[in-house]
Amino acid sequence: MASTKPRKDAWAPWVFTAVIIILWQAICSGFTVSEFIFPSPAAVVKSLVEFAGPIADHAWQTFWTTVAGFGIGVGVGLVLGFIIGSSRFMYNALYPLMIGFNSIPKAAFVPILVVWFGIGTVPAILTAFLISFFPIVVNVATGLATLEPELEDVLRSLGAKRLDVLIKVGLPRSLPYFFASLKVAITLAFVGAVVSETVAANKGIGYLMMSAGSSMRMGLVFAGLIVISAMAMVMYVAFAMLEKRMTGWATRGMDSKL
Amino acid sequence: MLNTAETSSGDAQARVLVDFDRVDLAYDDTGGNAIEDVSLSIREGEFVAIVGPSGCGKSTFMKLVSGLKPPTQGNVVVDGREVSGPLKIVGMAFQAPTLLPWRTAMDNLMLPLEIVEPYRSTLKQKRGEYEARARSLLKTVGLEGNENKFPWELSGGMQQRASICRALIHQPKLLLLDEPFGALDAFTREELWCVLRDLWTEKRFTVVLVTHDLREAAFLADTVYVMSKRPGRILVRKEIDLPRPRDLDITYEERFTDIVLELREHIGRIRKT
Repeated sequence: MASTKPRKDAWAPWVFTAVIIILWQAICSGFTVSEFIFPSPAAVVKSLVEFAGPIADHAWQTFWTTVAGFGIGVGVGLVLGFIIGSSRFMYNALYPLMIGFNSIPKAAFVPILVVWFGIGTVPAILTAFLISFFPIVVNVATGLATLEPELEDVLRSLGAKRLDVLIKVGLPRSLPYFFASLKVAITLAFVGAVVSETVAANKGIGYLMMSAGSSMRMGLVFAGLIVISAMAMVMYVAFAMLEKRMTGWATRGMDSKL
Repeated sequence: MLNTAETSSGDAQARVLVDFDRVDLAYDDTGGNAIEDVSLSIREGEFVAIVGPSGCGKSTFMKLVSGLKPPTQGNVVVDGREVSGPLKIVGMAFQAPTLLPWRTAMDNLMLPLEIVEPYRSTLKQKRGEYEARARSLLKTVGLEGNENKFPWELSGGMQQRASICRALIHQPKLLLLDEPFGALDAFTREELWCVLRDLWTEKRFTVVLVTHDLREAAFLADTVYVMSKRPGRILVRKEIDLPRPRDLDITYEERFTDIVLELREHIGRIRKT
């Protein structure tokens, strides 16, 4: 393991993954499971290699729709979170509505989006957006709303305006919450995009899996699953690293309770 | 208003900085008063301590002095003017150091200067000058060489020192301290008493210290006010006539313990009622 910062248990996830794959292969070979039901890892890899070109094509479609939806989600989430977190009135007014909205399964929006925008990329982007902005809103709002009253007193007694307090203290304070929510939101955005693609698209990993499934090419379906998971993990790690870089102060020695 | 506060002797020390005239404050219409009928005046440069049982409205008193809350009844005059909003001539520190964890000690100290005028608009040009001031302030409280450390790299006592420095960086006329040493261990607390004493002796700002600790009040203050249970009223005004400069040794002398015992008696009587 050529890791820059060697840790004692860095090998653990790799070994565990390898064990799972070996077990999977053993079960498929040992019980001669039909490839139309449950393809072995070998068959999945075969499909991956065989259809590498089309898979990459569809993966790119899924990737950019996801990132586009996520991008809108970040923008809207930041603004809404800012509004909700900085005003008690807006918090009370909007929060119940947000909870209600969030409890709707986002897949239920896809048919509506298809009616409005037709089949294709737009519903996928919008579904990714709808599913991913909520955790950002909640986290940013929490970061802003949990400002210490004493600190606010210190600043207000100096004549600080609301905006001063928000910019000097509220925003930096909510950054760790914000970056933590990005990790969650990006993985959710993939879910949204793929769900939409399986129902209403003619491109993307979701569409690929749907059409491969209907022609009983299970190896390709599983290959699609693995590609989605790999993309989501890469993005998750990217945002985890960004989080660490931007808000390292929040995770180091917080024993003083801020 | 300003002239009447001046004494006939014209002694600058005796100018009244804070004047409460029969002040009530109710947080809402139903809950009754948090403090009631409070009248007192604090001279410029005076060190005042306010003691009382918990929940007696000591912190409410702070909000009134700093202009964060307007009184429901009566008048609060600070620095010759009726208080009608945040004052900008006060510095505050609390039991929790409330330093910003993403800023170094130095940058934490600079925070008030980023907000209060005239520093706010001159910060860009005079940054060096202000940083030198912050550095010398940190030196007076024994934090020399810690300018670039983050709060989590400092001990509790060091954080509290930095917090007091932050309250003083803009050279306020009035320093408000709300149980600033409450969360510290006994040794650190007494050390910081001396730090505060020395800062005050050097700069002679006016201090209002809210505390539970009667020894702390007696050691540091010129005047101690004892407040009653809610609704808070001033029950006793006690001048501490111990000579200055006071040394920690004085806390073991009889005249000191007599004062503490007397204050204790008042508090005990309040708690019984």
